[in-house]
Amino acid sequence: MTTNGYYGQWGGAFIPEVLYETFQELNKAFEQAKADPSFWQEYLTLMQTYSCRPTPLTHAENLSRHFGGGQIFVKREDLNHTGAHKANNVMGQGLLVKRMGKKRVIAETGAGQHGVATATMAAKFGLECTIYMGEEDVMRQRPNVFWMEKMGATVVPVTSGSKTLKDAINEAFRDWVTRMDDTHYVMGTVCGPHPFPEMVAWFQSIIGIEAREQIMAQAGALPARVFACVGGGSNAMGVFQGFLRDPEVELIGVEAGGDGLDTGQHAARLAGSDASAGMAQGYRTMFLQDSDGQMLDTHSVAAGLDYVGVSPILTDLWEQGRVRFAAATDKDVLAALDLTMKQEGLIPALESSHAFVQAFKEAPEMEQDQAMIINMSGRGDKDIFTVAHAYDDPSWKEFITKKGAEYAA
Amino acid sequence: MQLNQYIKEELAKPNKDILLMTHIVLGYPSLDINRQVIAAMVENGVELIEMQIPFSEPMADGPAIVKANQEAIEQGIRVKDCFAFAKEMTKKHNIAFLFMTYYNILLQYGIEKFCADAKEIGIKGFIIPDLPPEEGDDFFTLARSYELDPILIYAPTSTAERMIRLNQSASGFIYCVARKGVTGQQTDFDTAFNDYMAQCRTATTLPLAVGFGIASKDDIDQLRGKADIGVIGTKTIRLVNEQGVEAVGPFIAGLRY
Repeated sequence: MTTNGYYGQWGGAFIPEVLYETFQELNKAFEQAKADPSFWQEYLTLMQTYSCRPTPLTHAENLSRHFGGGQIFVKREDLNHTGAHKANNVMGQGLLVKRMGKKRVIAETGAGQHGVATATMAAKFGLECTIYMGEEDVMRQRPNVFWMEKMGATVVPVTSGSKTLKDAINEAFRDWVTRMDDTHYVMGTVCGPHPFPEMVAWFQSIIGIEAREQIMAQAGALPARVFACVGGGSNAMGVFQGFLRDPEVELIGVEAGGDGLDTGQHAARLAGSDASAGMAQGYRTMFLQDSDGQMLDTHSVAAGLDYVGVSPILTDLWEQGRVRFAAATDKDVLAALDLTMKQEGLIPALESSHAFVQAFKEAPEMEQDQAMIINMSGRGDKDIFTVAHAYDDPSWKEFITKKGAEYAA
Repeated sequence: MQLNQYIKEELAKPNKDILLMTHIVLGYPSLDINRQVIAAMVENGVELIEMQIPFSEPMADGPAIVKANQEAIEQGIRVKDCFAFAKEMTKKHNIAFLFMTYYNILLQYGIEKFCADAKEIGIKGFIIPDLPPEEGDDFFTLARSYELDPILIYAPTSTAERMIRLNQSASGFIYCVARKGVTGQQTDFDTAFNDYMAQCRTATTLPLAVGFGIASKDDIDQLRGKADIGVIGTKTIRLVNEQGVEAVGPFIAGLRY
């Protein structure tokens, strides 16, 4: 990476002039933190005492046997406090906020996991907190909205554009240009203008550092393949960083295939052929856009993957051929989730289940002494409404109907 | 003629101590309404018009202009339609027209072709709020080679040092954002604002335009002696929505005199 935040031709910092000084200050704070070993130590201690780190690496023996191929290991980011890898980034940025002396944080959220994590951090550090969330996602992820509000955050439903993650990002920037003096924008993923991609990747690298040590201890060798779902790309960058320097480890990013790559109803930027190079939301990457440069509507059963852009770092690694991309359809995602619950008693989030789909496709072709890691970026119990609806579960429907009648009375 | 020259000549005319620039979102509510609104603006003395080519992610804009961008796109406006319409306007009206849009629109059109086509149809300059000089200097040089002025932006958060740096990349005029935030909210013309304008004036010899929250004759009067151009953006969009095209002429006519 160059000092101006480029990864190959991707990235950069396309920021409105009013935020120039704010970014100068942020860059300075980040550079100082990186150069200060006590900062990373403080971060590790916080994650160990507040968020269950290191998270385990679980050998999924039943699934491995089921497919009869490679040994499947699951990195358990679901066991973080708030149930996803998002906590890694948020707590790290929280420490930076304390250093910068800001009093208020804002964030965008898609699935709501980053919003919940940010609200948690704000409560712990005594910061004012506002979360921007697309109106469509507010409907999809009501339980997360409930918890954010309970922890004292203000949740603002965003009604512009497609009412999803990209629109929440725009709205968070509009807030930031109004209140940059006391406010830090806790960007939730490895996207946006420099230094966010590098900063978020740095905090998430804790996943890969742990996973590498754990697989060496448990399997006695490096994994042959590592799978991670990719929305913005933060959990993927997190786990991939543990193996980027090992060319024998194949890295696979799994995007949202939605209804299928040929339907247009998906969010596959790098796995399909619908995306093209562009610049929006402060950075250059591959976007799902039309020939005029207008961003397209994306679709996924998983709100956290439903995004038009993708990390500039991952786009560079894709262009170099270092990371391979695949897509998982909504239908395959639900089947993989079902199998994982039945075989292992694990409930991956719908987002994380995308990585399971691709790993399951490839497991049978691998040797039994080869290891593969799936990054389980989050837990799925937050998705109970979406999952129950997708399975068309009769007893759940009966419960909701009764509950509705109870509240209506 | 370059914008700087045009602005100086206009300001040299009798009884003109401040110029007016207005903002149009192309295709909102329709190109036909745009046509009528522009005619009313020109008839009532507007010297510059920035025509916004809609973008799906207008990050620097407030709710009224965001909605205008979105609806124009939903109604099917294409970038080529914006060029055709702009060509018609520059032919018809003898004032300065600029394009305002976000950088991705230029990238997809092809930046060299964008400059060539804009020059050919008589556009004078560009305002691109998401293209700082660190990312845009190559493009700014290209634009100038087509005799198009890239308009750079000063903000109340810009330091004196930063303003001087921005000035090195700028031509035509400088767009001074009157306050923090997005378009379409009220601005207070207090001591801090006066200090800011004085700092802007020190940093550049280019004319100064002031926008964000300029909505009345009082606001324009506040700018006299401090700025060379007052920018009316969201206000006329609201006016057309609430009172129709007929309200635009009298509103513009009453801004200066």
